[in-house]
Amino acid sequence: MNRNITIVPIVILVALIMVVMSAMFTVRQTEQALVLRFGEPVPGRGIVTAPGLHFKIPFIESVVHLDNRVLDLESPQQEVLASDNQRLEVDAFLRYRIVDPLKFYQSVGTGAIADNQLSSILNSSVRRVLGEVTNTDIIRDHRAELMVKIRDLANTEAERLGVAAIDVRIRRADLPKEISEKVFSRMQSERQREAADNRARGNEEAAAITSRADRDVTVLVGKAQQDADTKRGEGDAERNRIFAESYSKDKDFFAFYRSMQAYEAGLKSGTTKMVISPNSDFFKYFGDPNGKSNVEVPKN
Amino acid sequence: MPWSNQNGSGPKGPNLPSPWGQGPSGGNNSQDMLKKFGDFFNGLFRGGPVGGKSILAIVVIGLILWLLTGFYTVQTNEVGLNMIFGRYTGKTQSGLNYNLPYPIGSVIKPTVTDRKSIDIGLQSEESLMLTGDENIVDLKFRVIWQIDPAKPEDYAFNLRNPAESVKAVAESVMRELVGRTDFQKIITAERKNIEPSAQEQIQRVLNTYKIGVQILQVQLLQVDPPPPVIAAFKDVTASQQDRQRASNEADAYAKKVVPEARGRASRIVQEAEGYKLQTVAEATGQVSRFNQVYEQYKKAPEVTRQRLYLETMERVLGNSDKILLDKSGSGVLPYLPLGDLSKGAAK
Repeated sequence: MNRNITIVPIVILVALIMVVMSAMFTVRQTEQALVLRFGEPVPGRGIVTAPGLHFKIPFIESVVHLDNRVLDLESPQQEVLASDNQRLEVDAFLRYRIVDPLKFYQSVGTGAIADNQLSSILNSSVRRVLGEVTNTDIIRDHRAELMVKIRDLANTEAERLGVAAIDVRIRRADLPKEISEKVFSRMQSERQREAADNRARGNEEAAAITSRADRDVTVLVGKAQQDADTKRGEGDAERNRIFAESYSKDKDFFAFYRSMQAYEAGLKSGTTKMVISPNSDFFKYFGDPNGKSNVEVPKN
Repeated sequence: MPWSNQNGSGPKGPNLPSPWGQGPSGGNNSQDMLKKFGDFFNGLFRGGPVGGKSILAIVVIGLILWLLTGFYTVQTNEVGLNMIFGRYTGKTQSGLNYNLPYPIGSVIKPTVTDRKSIDIGLQSEESLMLTGDENIVDLKFRVIWQIDPAKPEDYAFNLRNPAESVKAVAESVMRELVGRTDFQKIITAERKNIEPSAQEQIQRVLNTYKIGVQILQVQLLQVDPPPPVIAAFKDVTASQQDRQRASNEADAYAKKVVPEARGRASRIVQEAEGYKLQTVAEATGQVSRFNQVYEQYKKAPEVTRQRLYLETMERVLGNSDKILLDKSGSGVLPYLPLGDLSKGAAK
């Protein structure tokens, strides 16, 4: 009997606790929640965005928790055809937030379907926006504006999912592999050209320097030769002047004197052979024991 | 230690258990709690009739014990974020702190002072980036960041994958910057400007997410031409050396040849100078000799002339082989064996 008496209030207590617990729910800081009654949002308090402890009618109402944070979605790499028919491999990511949890829940539920849908929205936005511009717009000139454009386009579609795209960024925009190879070989040939140009310029500079040096050498030597010849000429002229000044005092004696010098110098070597007649002037006393010459010799 | 040490600062961000314990994913403390709770009930059942006072005492003691589990410590590199019923209520600094215990309260403790770094470009396809002039550069870089100590709650609550977002944004910004710059500039002059402007832009984009992250530094680890063309780039450097070398060698040649020529030129001029002086000196000497002889000659012209003639002839004839041939010896044809004479002379 005692046992029954104690069990009854305990059962009542447990039942009460269950009811109370079913009437309460928490929404975490990172969450928002939907309160549904038979699958339909409860009017007036169907959407709970404030975190903390909340209440609902036990058992009849159920709660769906949705993320309130900035969520991320990475699109797989896709090939985009730019307006100049250049292909690019583009890899973008989306940052979004569930702004209308009811719409979100009604259109895509909670999990994987949302990702699928958003992924295709992202991909088609990327393709549509990037397909209208050129390669260089994407890579260099207008990437930031294009990213904003993709985001806005994605937003118009994502809106019906109750989602706001906060940011779309192109992570990579690369050339396809086979075009990259071509870029590599172009870069290579450019470098080869540069290297060849450098070497040729080196040779050119070297040739310029050596030829200038050679020219300098020629000019130096030539000038020196000129100076030298001038000096020699001066010397010769001076010599002539000295001779002329002196020798013109007595032309006759000079002729004689100079002849004597010339004979002596010209016939110096011992090998000279002379065939002389004894009748020559030198021998005029040769055959005359009296020392009389046929020439008058003045006494001095 | 409180039950609530789910240290939610991993790369995936906070991953809170539901405060109602729908999925507490087995912390030891919470299991202990359950056990205590069970024991308490067992006691009630087995104990038979229990006085209202003792039940109250048990409840009060249990309540106090439960409240005591709300103490927790925050390390110096952490910040404690208190939550009550899942709602963020405030942050606590390092030391002993208190929050209402499970299942009402919970705490997460992100490490705010730790510097985290992400290296981007370690996989080869990550590192090849298209430049503004449609070349490709091989670029690896590192982003050093930390949770903003002023806004750890932003980091904890605002993004699902904050750390992953830092990486994604960093890569996107770097590629955007590289895409705006020409190849040659990236590998040379522009290089040092990329780091600060990347840092600034990454921070700006992340701020739009309210991510609660500070980018401390962006470091370029490697900026190179892509591997297939690196040899060609090295050859360009080598060719610059070659160019320099060719020009240096030519300079050396010029430095050698021109002074030599200058020396030669100087010699030529000096020689000519010498010739000039010599010639003049010789002439002067000869003239002086002549003049002296002439002075003598003027005093006795006939004798001097005769004497000079004879003296000269004496020297000339004294030095040479002579053959006297009288013209008057007519009828005999003189025969001169020049060959024999030459031989005799050669002896």
